[in-house]
Order: sequence, then C-alpha cells, then structure tokens
Amino acid sequence: MVDSINFLFVGVGGQGIILVSDVVADVGLKLGLDAKKSEIHGMSQRGGSVESHVRWGDKVYSPIPAKGEVNYLVAMEILEAGRWAPYLAPDGEAIINNQQIASLSVSSGLARYPETERIVNIFAQRTKNVHLVEGLATARRMGNPAVAGVVLLGYLSSMLQYDEAAWLEVIEKRVPARFVKLNKEAFVEGRHLRG
Amino acid sequence: MKKLLSGNEAIALGAYESGVKVAAAYPGTPSTEILENLAKYPGLWAEWSPNEKVALDVAIGAAYAGQRALATMKMVGLNVAADSLFYVAYTGLVGGLVIVTADDPGMHSSQNEQDNRQYARFAKVPMVEPSDSQECKDFVGYALDISERFDAPVLLRTTTRVAHSQTAVEVEERSGPQGDGEPKSYKRDKAKYVMVPGYARARHPVVEQRLKDLAEFAETFEGNRIEWGSPDLGIISGGIAYQYAREVFKDASFLKLGMSYPLPERKIKEFASKVKRLLVVEDLDPFWEEQVRLMGVEVEGKKYFPMIGEFSPDVVRAGAVKAGLMEEKALAPVELPELPGRPPILCPGCRHRGVFFVLSKLKAVVNGDIGCYALGVNPPLAAVDTTGCMGASFGVVHGVNKAGIVERAVGVLGDSTFFHSGIAPLINIVYNGSNSTTIILDNHTTAMTGHQENPGTGRTLLGEPTDAIDIENLVRAIGVKDVRVVDPYDLKAVEAALKGAFATEGPSVIIATGPCVLKTREKRGVIVVDGERCNGCGLCLRVGCAAVVRASDKLVRIDELQCTGCTLCMQTCARKAMSLVEQGGR
Ligand SMILES: Cc1ncc(C[n+]2csc(CCOP(=O)(O)OP(=O)(O)O)c2C)c(N)n1
Repeated sequence: MVDSINFLFVGVGGQGIILVSDVVADVGLKLGLDAKKSEIHGMSQRGGSVESHVRWGDKVYSPIPAKGEVNYLVAMEILEAGRWAPYLAPDGEAIINNQQIASLSVSSGLARYPETERIVNIFAQRTKNVHLVEGLATARRMGNPAVAGVVLLGYLSSMLQYDEAAWLEVIEKRVPARFVKLNKEAFVEGRHLRG
Repeated sequence: MKKLLSGNEAIALGAYESGVKVAAAYPGTPSTEILENLAKYPGLWAEWSPNEKVALDVAIGAAYAGQRALATMKMVGLNVAADSLFYVAYTGLVGGLVIVTADDPGMHSSQNEQDNRQYARFAKVPMVEPSDSQECKDFVGYALDISERFDAPVLLRTTTRVAHSQTAVEVEERSGPQGDGEPKSYKRDKAKYVMVPGYARARHPVVEQRLKDLAEFAETFEGNRIEWGSPDLGIISGGIAYQYAREVFKDASFLKLGMSYPLPERKIKEFASKVKRLLVVEDLDPFWEEQVRLMGVEVEGKKYFPMIGEFSPDVVRAGAVKAGLMEEKALAPVELPELPGRPPILCPGCRHRGVFFVLSKLKAVVNGDIGCYALGVNPPLAAVDTTGCMGASFGVVHGVNKAGIVERAVGVLGDSTFFHSGIAPLINIVYNGSNSTTIILDNHTTAMTGHQENPGTGRTLLGEPTDAIDIENLVRAIGVKDVRVVDPYDLKAVEAALKGAFATEGPSVIIATGPCVLKTREKRGVIVVDGERCNGCGLCLRVGCAAVVRASDKLVRIDELQCTGCTLCMQTCARKAMSLVEQGGR
C-alpha cells in the first residue's frame, strides 16, 4: 500500500539541501496534496551530515517515514547516500550527485573514503534504480557549483509525472531574485540530464 | 491560504495574532526561531535576554502590567528559569502568559533528555502540547485564553520534530493582533503578588483549587479529542507521538491529548471503557501512563515503548510488534558496511581552535562549557575534559582548584555563556580566591544556536544598536587583576598568555577575541604547501581542520574551498612548508 510519496534529501551542511527540500514540499502543496517536511537544524551546520524528509499524500501524519519507505532518495554526496540507504523503499529511486566530500576522519588519514562501487552495492539490497548524476559538474559548467542541488531537483522532477511549470513557479518564489534565472536554467538542465 | 510553516514560525504567528505585546527568550535549539520570527512582526517588543530566568521574569513583568506575554526556551532553559516559574504559579497574572518549553528527545543538540511535562505537575500549572504547526499556531491562542481565565501561567511544550517540521497552516492574508495593546494602569494587589510567607501560604490553596478547575476544563477542552476507530485498540497519545501512532495504528481509536496537564479523568475513563485494550504512546517519561493508572484504569505503555531517545514511526512500530499488535516487517533491513562518520566539527578558520590547540599542547585540564567550543572535545584536539550545563565551567574549575590537583585546570566558556551564567561564578573565584585561570572565547556572537545577538554584540534582537557590555572592563570591575586579551589566531601569544596566567597567584582571565568566521565568512587567503619541504610528518593535522587533508602520497594538501587562511596549521609546521597566499594575491 502506497498512501504517500516520500522523499529524502541528504548531504553535508552547506550543500543546499534545505532549499531543494523546501521546493519539493511547496510543490506538493501546490499540487493540492498534504505535505510535511522535517529536518533537524542545530549542530549540523558545522560540517555534519544533513537530512531532510518531505512527504506528500492525501493526509500525512508523521513528518518522517519509516525505514524502507522512501521512494526517492536524493543524495548530494556519495558517502551520505550510502549512510541513508536503509530508508529507501524496495525498487525506490536513488539519485546521487557525483561528488565526494571527505569527512575529518578521512581527510586526516584515519579512515578511508569508500569507493563509489561499494556505495552502489549497498543499494543493490533494495533497488537497481541508482542514478549517479553529474550535478556538480553540470553546475560548474553553468558557472556556479552552488546550483548542483537544483540540477538534481530537475532530475528528480523528470521522474514524477507533474509538469514543469509548478516546479518553476516555486523555484521563482523560493530563490532570491538575482539567482532565479540561473536556478531555473539549472533545473531545466537537470531535467534533460535524464536522457 | 495554506502555507508550510515550521512549528516555531507558527508559534510566532500565533503569538502575534493573539496580541502578545512582550516576548523574551534566550536562544536554545529547538526553540530559537520563535523569537527570531516574532521579531519581524510590528507593534510588539521582542528581546534576547541574557538567560532564561531573566527572560521569564521580563515576560512575567509584562503580564503583571496587563499585557499578553511570551517567554520561550529550550527545555534545559526551564531549569534555569524554574525559580520564576514556581513563583508565578502562585501569583498568577493579569495579562496572559505563555512559556514555551522546547524539548529535545533524542538529544539532537542538548546535554540531557528531560521530559518537561514533569514541570507542569511540579509547578502545578497547565500545559498544552501541539502535534503540528497548525496546532502550534492555534494553541498559543488557547493557552493565552486559559492563562487569563484561570489566572495561571501556561506551559506550551514542543519537541524538536514539532518545532522544526514544516506542516500546512491556514494563514489569513492580512492578520493583525487582537486587543488594543494600550498601556493599562498597574493593578496592585499585594496579597496576591508579594510572595512573603504570610501571603504565599494563602496562595497555595488557590493553586490547588485552580488545578481542579483546570482538570474540569480539560474535560471539554477542544484540544482533547476522541477519534473513534476500531474498539479493539484505544491509544492515548499527544504531541509528535500522536502522529507516529496514527501512522502505525491505522484502525485504532484515539484519545488525542492537546492538554498534557492536568488530565481529563472522566474523558479518559469513558474512552477506556469503550475499547478492549488501552495503550499510552508517549515519548520519554511515562507521564500520562502513570496518571491514568492512578485513576484505576488498566493501561499499558512503557512496557513496549522506550523511555529513551526520540520516537519515530519505526520505534512506535517496534513497540506495536512487542505488544503483539503487529507482525515484524517482512522487509529485511539493509546491511550497512562501516562508513566513516561525519560528526559536527569546529569550522575551518574557527578561532576556538587556536585556544584548544594550545590547551591540548600544555596538557591542561579543561573544564569546558556549552557552545561551539564543546566540539573541542573531539580528536585530534581532544582538549575538553568536562561539559555540563551553561556556566558550569567557571564554578567547576574553582572547585577543582580548591580540592587541588597536580595539573593545571582551566575554565573555558564563550561570550554568550559568560553573560548567561558565567559572571556569578567568576565573582566567586575572586571572592573566594582560587588560583583559577579562566578563558572567555569571545567570538562576538552566540554561534552554536545560529548567531544570535547578545549583550556584548552592541545590537538587539530587533537589529537596533545598543550599548555593548565590555567584557574586559566587566572582568576588571569584578576584581580580576590579571586580565590578558589575545588573538586566538596567534598560537605563540595564546601560549604566552596561558603560561603567564599559570605563573600568577590568584585569579586570571584570558579573553580570546575575534569574530566567528561562519558569521563573517572572512577569507584571508589560502594556505599552500610546498611539496618539496613537506615530509608528511602530520603535525599540522593535529589542529583538526577539515581543510587540512592527508593526500594519497601521505603529504599534506589544503582544500582551497574550505581554507580561510587562518594560518593555524601553518604555525605548527616545523619545516616551514606552508605559506599564506593572501586573497587576490595570485
Ligand atoms: C540553559 C541553556 N540555554 C540554552 C542552551 C543552548 N545553547 C547551547 S550553546 C549556546 C550558546 C553558546 O554561545 P557562546 O557561549 O557565545 O559560544 P559560541 O557557540 O559562540 O562559541 C546556547 C544558547 C543551553 N544548552 N542551555
């Protein structure tokens, strides 16, 4: 029984996860659904992992889903994708930005950053649908690495059957005026990345 | 129009629309955004007070003056303000008074996991508890009405998930505050407001009767509602636990408690009599379960649901399985290999790092405190030996030194914490004379909770300029003679100051001053490593900065994006392999 659509956005503090999940939550409301969004702020801005849940449905009670119920996991960072894999639903979609950010234990040589293949293998327990997306590279090409999250958002939107306009309208409302054009372009770029 | 608001934004909106005239708080996760949002509304006074007790006294004053008032704090803040909660419980008030206590089950950013529903029973005051943002907004209004009708302060409890989740709220296009907010003539009533023993004795029976009246009110309070489902299972729940329980027990009947205390006994008994099995689903303490059992009602709860940690749909489901109400999920859990963790760390360029690096080098015992600098406990700095509650450091270090130890003990706290509760223990160090060295890490902000103003910053919550309290002058006025002000980016200077302070008889204070880089986003440049000179000894890695990276060839590399050019790593390099390239210098 699928009575809600669950999204989980993960990454490292400062990667724009909050903006992206804000947009998805707003789009849900705009589509006439109930929507809830949950994230923990606090210590996380000090370089820790960040997660943000968004749920859409006719009526949403809990702001967070159970493990194994996330339909779309959007990860801005490869290691973080692996960490949150247990939340993904069977046959769910994992959309992963091709970017590695070393943790302090890794950068100081105390731990090793796992190979991408190892992370992808974790997902094999749940799904074949792992999308390694060139979000950062695309954003860099567009002149601003900060829009990588919006590139992934575009990619995500292409998997949902709702039309582009609702997304673009919300982006326009959520983003500071001088960045609207860039973000809309990044969104459209992301939509097209999924061939 | 429906809009997604966080619980905290919704509380602010509710307070504004209900005509709150004065609001005071000390920041603390997960409560901070309430006042930050309320400060944006016109026609009211909102302030950061130096600590929660002051904030509550300010709100009480406004309520005595006949206006609606709000005080907000994280749950441990109510410990600080508890003395005031207990007197206002006796005096009552004129204008409505709501005290928000934001609990943090799971300790996302707290030092303990207390359940502040206990304060309602302890202080004999009513408590309401919203489950989503719409209720956050509505319950502020209910609470103010209850406060005025029953002449009692009302606690409003949120938890992290309610405070920080965004859920839909019905928002009117142009809403405005209730009431006129005009100054009223002060209502004197000494027997009611002067809590000397003679008068206080007369108030206690009033408080007890008020609780009875409130319990009667709870029977019909619209926030306590029954949602009938199957009679096989009845669930009593409230707060965020209610949402999880609704999600897990899809067919059950619910008694949803919007008022956590006092409880509606008749309603509970009626509900219990109509269901075959009764469960209480509540996070942390068995607060409702015990009271329901005392009513003589057969009930289960903590037998299946934990008292520790934050609830979630998974936790509630696991309890349901334990209670024999559900099968284990068929879905096998994902097996995770061991992955490197990513705990919060001091930011690249953080000035606290310089002080902790030297403290670690000198092997001082560090009685630390609560703020970003608590992160100084993490390796490789591993410099902090104790952290308890705000302001504890300066009292603890005095005790350590009075007991006497072989090493040197140092007390360390930040500027906001100094104003919060560090001044009295510093006075104690002077008054009762101990050989204590104390350090104030003055980054000119309350960083940990997101850069709030404090009495040292020269600005108020409303963004207006005000007189900044000068920490150095204050410390000298207290009577500390050995006061040293240092730049924490200068490791030699920090070490010299510490050694000088250690050599001094009597109290000494070091003020390590310089702004928070996360706030100023300053970037002096980047450090570059001379690959010829670097021999990979790893000394520089001991500063524990995310921008200093051990590359695959074992030599050190600098992450240019993260590096702020603070030079702390460079100062540790024995081979002079590092240099600063100033911003724009290349
Ligand atoms: C009684 C209490 N109130 C509030 C908090 C939340 N809190 C934790 S650290 C902190 C501020 C610390 O500021 P400061 O001492 O200036 O250190 P910084 O984070 O700037 O380094 C606050 C408000 C708390 N833990 N306890």
